[in-house]
Amino acid sequence: MLQRTWPAEGLTRVPYWVYQDADIYQREQERIFRGATWSYLCLEAELPEPQSFLTTFVGDMPVVVARDASGAIHAFENRCAHRGALIAMQARGKTDRFACIYHNWTYDHAGNLLNVAFRKGIAGKGGMPAEARPESQAPKKLRVESVHGLVFGTLSSEVSSLKSYIGPEILPRIKRVMIKPVKVLGAYTQVLPNNWKLYMDNVKDTYHASLLHLFFTRFRINRLTQEGGVFVSKDGAHHCTFTRMIEDQGDAYEKEGMRSAGSSSSQFRLEAPELLEQEDELGDAVSIQILSLFPGFVLHQIRNSLAARQVLPKGIDRTELNWTLFGFADDDEAMTRRRLMQANLVGPAGYISMEDGAATGFVQRGVAGSPERASVIEMGGSGVGSGDSRITETAVRGLWQAWRRHMDL
Amino acid sequence: MDLQQAVERLHARYAHALDEGRLEDWPEFFTQNGRYRITTAENEDRGLPLPVLYAEGRPMLRDRIQSLRHANIYEPQRYRHIVSSALVEQLDGSHARSVANFLVIRIMESGDTLLFASGRYVDRIVLSEEPQYEERVVICDSRRFDTLLAIPL
Repeated sequence: MLQRTWPAEGLTRVPYWVYQDADIYQREQERIFRGATWSYLCLEAELPEPQSFLTTFVGDMPVVVARDASGAIHAFENRCAHRGALIAMQARGKTDRFACIYHNWTYDHAGNLLNVAFRKGIAGKGGMPAEARPESQAPKKLRVESVHGLVFGTLSSEVSSLKSYIGPEILPRIKRVMIKPVKVLGAYTQVLPNNWKLYMDNVKDTYHASLLHLFFTRFRINRLTQEGGVFVSKDGAHHCTFTRMIEDQGDAYEKEGMRSAGSSSSQFRLEAPELLEQEDELGDAVSIQILSLFPGFVLHQIRNSLAARQVLPKGIDRTELNWTLFGFADDDEAMTRRRLMQANLVGPAGYISMEDGAATGFVQRGVAGSPERASVIEMGGSGVGSGDSRITETAVRGLWQAWRRHMDL
Repeated sequence: MDLQQAVERLHARYAHALDEGRLEDWPEFFTQNGRYRITTAENEDRGLPLPVLYAEGRPMLRDRIQSLRHANIYEPQRYRHIVSSALVEQLDGSHARSVANFLVIRIMESGDTLLFASGRYVDRIVLSEEPQYEERVVICDSRRFDTLLAIPL
């Protein structure tokens, strides 16, 4: 079915048809989202008590995530065994069982079919034959595992445990942030006019941050001259990059005339710079850490802003980015206030994040006439691996290495 | 001018300033320590404090505009605000509370036109010859925002 072949150069070229083809989108759903990967579902803190639930997606597939009466977390396809209707239609809630509204078939918190309405008919009339097996079309159940309060699910029975899927390069960097029980501060969705992979390779692109985001550079939050580095998992699938707070006094950006450094004619400075003040709560002087797990999860620490981002494909050229910002359950008032102030850096109106929405959409539009052409991904050479420079596209190449393996392309 | 008229005139002047691209006028609609917060009905209903955008005091409001003018990258765009008549309640001799509905239509240079946001303005207003917002909370009906939110609502 697929007529596409990858460019001979290998990982230093990413052909534009990967963002455009309907066949590719369908194969991704099957091999990646319903395949041997772990997808982020929610924070454990979003299911605060027994019998609470929320609804989300794994790729295109609607999913219910629920705690049973004993507190265990389950996830199952949000599709009734009978006619395929949604079993749960609310975003979140609490219930002692799920009842499909269409014909009142009911399910427990693990997605087991409990009852078929009037299965035996009424007064000896109607109903299903005794040999009927509606359970044969039961909603698919996901394997569910949590790591440091983050809940993931997979339909695959082959994929390894979540911790071994994430691997030893990246796992400690999750633990670094998720040091205590968390408290959800709120959520919203940014709808991006581009293929989901354009957002993922933006996240993994350590080279762009200080060139696109003037806020990073002008205020010396993240320059490529500051100490930092990138970790890439062995298979290339996951990454983590960090920058230390140590103030960079250099003028490499100014000398090279980078837009993001600002110009002497533009006198832009903050009248209220307290917005950026960071308390070193994790104790390692890291000002930013951006971490991604294949296929669609991002964990960020930007100063004292902490968030989980869930990346959901919604068609070839549409992506929903679900942001859930959080703090720790024991935050004092001053820390909560700091986190809410720094919410101005991220999300659809974020001084930094708004620009990622713009840039990735520009690529989707820019490549419309050139499916056969390719991105040039040669910063830092052609390899995939960890290092102490962020003037590299190693993590982007890692994404494509993992993607090609899953897609067999 | 009666209270109702004075409050609705403030809302109208605010909306026209944004729609005409006079962003530098925006902080002037607030008191010196005025607060501006965009949030979603979902976060409000869940009792969650997360803002989509938050500014406290004119310096922070001016920073937002300066950043839009000199720092942030986004495509040229305009808004068209439609603001409903307001429910106004006098709180004391010098303060009023107002709730008004809004629609914001976003127009891109290409002509692409989108119903970008709908919701409520919940305001605390200081009454004087030229009333100002002491607090303006913009509660968006939807949790979804298309691409990015640059110009304030």
